[in-house]
Amino acid sequence: MIILEKRPEPSRLLSISTPVFAVIVTMIAGGLLFAALGKNPVEAIRTIFWDPLFGEYAFYYRPQLLVKGAPLVLIAIGLSLGFRAGIWNIGAEGQYIMGAICGAAAGLAFYPSESILIFPLMVIAGALGGWAWAMIPALLKVRFGTNEILVSLMLVYVAEQLLASMSLGLLKNPQGFGFPGSRNIAEWNAANSWIAQDYGMHWGVVAALIAVIMAYVLLNRHILGFNIRLTGEARRAARFAGVNPTRLILFCLGTSGMLAGLAGLFEVSGPSGQVSIDFNVGYGFTAIIVAFLGRLHPVGILLAGLLMALTYIGGDIAESQMGLPSSAIQVFQGMLLFFLLALDLLTNFRVKFASKGTA
Amino acid sequence: MDLSAINPVLLVASLMVAATPLLLAAIGELVVERSGVLNLGVEGMMITGAIAGFAISVETGSPYVGILAAAIAGAGLSFLFAFLTQFALANQVASGLALTLFGLGLSALMGQGYVGIRPPEMARLDIPVLSDLPVIGPILFSHDPVLYLGLALTAGVWGFLKFTRGGLILRAVGENHDAAHALGYSVIRVRVLAILFGGACAGVGGAYISLIRVPQWTEGMTAGIGWIALALVVFASWKPWRALLGAYLFGGINVLQLNLQAAGVAIPVEYLAMSPYLITILVLVIMSADKSGAPASLGRSFHASQ
Repeated sequence: MIILEKRPEPSRLLSISTPVFAVIVTMIAGGLLFAALGKNPVEAIRTIFWDPLFGEYAFYYRPQLLVKGAPLVLIAIGLSLGFRAGIWNIGAEGQYIMGAICGAAAGLAFYPSESILIFPLMVIAGALGGWAWAMIPALLKVRFGTNEILVSLMLVYVAEQLLASMSLGLLKNPQGFGFPGSRNIAEWNAANSWIAQDYGMHWGVVAALIAVIMAYVLLNRHILGFNIRLTGEARRAARFAGVNPTRLILFCLGTSGMLAGLAGLFEVSGPSGQVSIDFNVGYGFTAIIVAFLGRLHPVGILLAGLLMALTYIGGDIAESQMGLPSSAIQVFQGMLLFFLLALDLLTNFRVKFASKGTA
Repeated sequence: MDLSAINPVLLVASLMVAATPLLLAAIGELVVERSGVLNLGVEGMMITGAIAGFAISVETGSPYVGILAAAIAGAGLSFLFAFLTQFALANQVASGLALTLFGLGLSALMGQGYVGIRPPEMARLDIPVLSDLPVIGPILFSHDPVLYLGLALTAGVWGFLKFTRGGLILRAVGENHDAAHALGYSVIRVRVLAILFGGACAGVGGAYISLIRVPQWTEGMTAGIGWIALALVVFASWKPWRALLGAYLFGGINVLQLNLQAAGVAIPVEYLAMSPYLITILVLVIMSADKSGAPASLGRSFHASQ
């Protein structure tokens, strides 16, 4: 008979290695899935994980790693702060959209000015947009005790409708021949977020790296980070230690909203280029997987974000070369979270085999 | 704009249709939460049920087999959740989110060959005299069987929770799992069964959308109904009849906004389309003042060693 014995403390070694195990198990299960779809599993896995990095056309795909990884890392860093404290912002997708709308609108108001102030203005507006959208669940939770999970998620659907309205109405390109979508911001020198497009470098990548460092310092060297960790691990103890839960909720939700808003702005002013109905591709949801896969640790999130970006790129290649459906990658990413959560059992519990009756 | 084009009798009848997926999913989730488990994967189970029901109906030609398949698919997916949270003791919020993300991907994958097909139709109830009555006929006596199943399920869950021994055990597990365990009840078994029931209900709710309400398959067609169902359980203070009331209220809002869109009201379509979500938030805010109805062990993992 198998019995579980709770470890006095989670195993550190296993805590670090379970994400790696989870990736390996997911690759195996994913291979079976691809085989079930009638594709060669080995070739599919190689196309997804190897070709973008070391394949024949890797020079083209490697920059994409930064482009797709940056928003994932930026959003996941913000989410991880709240997740650590048991504050669940799962509406990052909505905050991402609002950041993009607000940032783009602030910039486009001054089109076609070439002032160097345009881009900083857009960054501030984008951050504020995401922050404000996240403050709705935060304030409702603080003031009325409303569940932040449901409110933040409902606001994703509201933001999607707003996005549709904006790209068909207020922000529509007046010279766009009636097509939906805003002016192309990426082609506007004063406003685009590219630093070196050939290398996939844009300001979002810089912001993501800064966020990783800031989060690391915050969690390890600052009292606020300590309070976040304390609240997550022992809520009552945190109350006795004088941690103010209201301020923590406002900070965690506000920061994650701000970072998601920034991610949206950098995306809309660079890789995506314009506000359009379907410019959001679910980074806000994938970032949840990234945050957990990275163990809610800044460095882990950086690595997990790059891995997840790889699955996006590899998935695109597999779609065009092998006809693998794009939703297969979504299943793959979902499976990863499943296996990670299941394998976590080993981190917190010891599995023992005992003869029947002793338990 | 022509508001007179909105026929009140048809409005009520279509309101009941719009409310049924919400009701089914909410009743299932209500049972799950009364057992002390928070399953945030409702949306994922619904969309999986939607495609499973659709695909099986198309393949077999029978919508009833499809509904059954949807229940099995929903329960199957919820078993993953049950395994993660009850045996592997994973965080319930994270596991629920995983279920939703996985379900959305899985349904898109399964639904590839089914876009643009019409499913076989489910016969509506047709009682000779009753169904032909003015006003009452279309509202009460000429719906599809699944709608009545939803109503029956509401009554059944209410009776089960209130009058049966099993219902008492389920509530005991949800209120205080340590006490229930000390009394000799198997907390894990009760919760797994509740989760499976919730999954089956969500699956049928999803299939109702793809088979009867819309009826066709499009990716991500549940569009947040699973999440609204979760909000509905809070709105209902974990009581079945109030879930019914809430579902009809939301169904009414949705049907009304669709009718207003069709009638060409001066409000842009996008703002009408966001109204159900905004009203959900509003309702959550109003209801969140009173948490006395929430099961005391909601969201907490149980392990006999602790």
